[in-house]
Amino acid sequence: MRAFVTAVFAFLYLPIVLVVLFSFNAGRHASEFTGFSVQWYGTALSNPFLVEALKNSLFIATTSALLAAVFGTAAALGLARVGIRTRAVFDALLGAAIVVPGVVIGISTLVALVQLFGVLNPLLASIWPDDQPPRLSLGYGSIIAAHGLFSMALVTMIVGTRLASLDRNLVEASSDLYATPLTTFRSIVLPQIMPAVVAGFLLAFTFSFDDFIVAFFVAGAQTTLPIYVFASIRRGVTPEINAIATIVLVASVLLVVLAQWQLRQRKPSN
Amino acid sequence: MHGNRFKHNVLTALLLAPATLWLVVFLVLPFIAIAVFSVGARAPEGGYQAAFTLAQYANLPARATAFWNTMVLAPVGALACLLVAYPVAYYLALKAPQRWRLILLALVVIPFWTSLLMRTYAWMYILGGRGIPALLAFVGIEDVRLINTPGAVLLGIVYGYLPLMILPIYVSLERLDRRLLEASADLGATPLSTFLGVTLKLSLPGVMTGFSLVMILLLGEYLIPTLLGGGKVFFIGNALVDLFLQSRNWPFGSAIAITLVAVSVVVLIAANRISSRVSGARRVDLI
Repeated sequence: MRAFVTAVFAFLYLPIVLVVLFSFNAGRHASEFTGFSVQWYGTALSNPFLVEALKNSLFIATTSALLAAVFGTAAALGLARVGIRTRAVFDALLGAAIVVPGVVIGISTLVALVQLFGVLNPLLASIWPDDQPPRLSLGYGSIIAAHGLFSMALVTMIVGTRLASLDRNLVEASSDLYATPLTTFRSIVLPQIMPAVVAGFLLAFTFSFDDFIVAFFVAGAQTTLPIYVFASIRRGVTPEINAIATIVLVASVLLVVLAQWQLRQRKPSN
Repeated sequence: MHGNRFKHNVLTALLLAPATLWLVVFLVLPFIAIAVFSVGARAPEGGYQAAFTLAQYANLPARATAFWNTMVLAPVGALACLLVAYPVAYYLALKAPQRWRLILLALVVIPFWTSLLMRTYAWMYILGGRGIPALLAFVGIEDVRLINTPGAVLLGIVYGYLPLMILPIYVSLERLDRRLLEASADLGATPLSTFLGVTLKLSLPGVMTGFSLVMILLLGEYLIPTLLGGGKVFFIGNALVDLFLQSRNWPFGSAIAITLVAVSVVVLIAANRISSRVSGARRVDLI
């Protein structure tokens, strides 16, 4: 059994290791390792389209993860204050936001937004004072909103789990000692749920940064890093992609390790 | 007290307002939109025309190949995942040394959160003409084609979704009361019958959660068949990308999407039924 488990772990990590290894290959192909070189990193980072896509992805991931962390935490706190029925409705919707395949989230958001813009744009044009009304279209906003849906549901679940295991005695003791609800929240509740909030933010960031399929539908004219990589893979595998893949993989692994570490924190770190 | 109660309710509403808005605008309304589109008609130039017709659904057999491939490879892929995942979850939960357990578990979680695109791309590189086939040719085995086959897609599926299958099974095995295993052995059960009668039975909710999650996500899979199947193994996801982004037939695409969601719901309900019948557990935990 140990041999089997070892083999499975090798299966999980070998492809990743190979990509990292060959990103330092001086030659063009996997079959010819001709020496160590960082030239493909140079090629990748001097490609303006790629750098633009990377910047877009960083912006979108940061914004959607921040929104998700704030709104998701608020929702988790709110859900701790409502009755069983309201809770069940929210749980079902949040579960759906997580489980529904990305391809369905992508197309339904695309259809809804295009319809919405179709109504709003003429309306904006009619009330706008001059001849250049703003035109709503797909782009940063729609990607952030669609990523935010999954991420917010994720943060709500993670923070909600943490809230459920919160020591109620501390909260009661705090209010017995005449602390205002706000003080109790800031000094008791917030420090205890903070690791979950941070972990939720990091996982949300990772999800948004890695997502291809949802962004593929709602990106409009914008390009994110996964969309750019997908397009270049379809044009043909180049060693440059190994370098980008390595950067993305290393970044994701670091973020996930950080998130796991945050979730395991028993006490708030000062 | 009335004033306090009012303040309590206002604060609750404020806390829930952004999430509610988000869920309604970006989940509920979009779903209603594709439901409406799916009973609509296609406008002459490719857009949507209001109508109430089941013509789009009647047209589903036009994409029968995509449905067939998905409906075969999704359960087969989920099953293959399960067969690989169960021993790993079993080892992690019951056999691994305590100090290794968390590290090994983290090693399972990390790939799940790293880009599926990049991980699938790694296999493209390995299975592609300049990868394993080139190495095989080097030792004298010529003309092996690995990429762009159903086998490559299946491999990609197992690789991509293995962590998602291991985790719920691990959780259900970890919760298992070990005294039951001892009791079973004390009562003279063989290891095999203890495994079948106690361990497997009690871990079934985890198995069903993993299986249904993987299966549902596979129903919407696009990247793996596209990159490893190379245009030869089409999934429903490929049909949807084509209908929404290339040939622009949104009403027909919406009908396919609604069908996909309906199949997912059936899978979830079936999984719930099976696990509650066998183990007495109430419901499948999705998270």
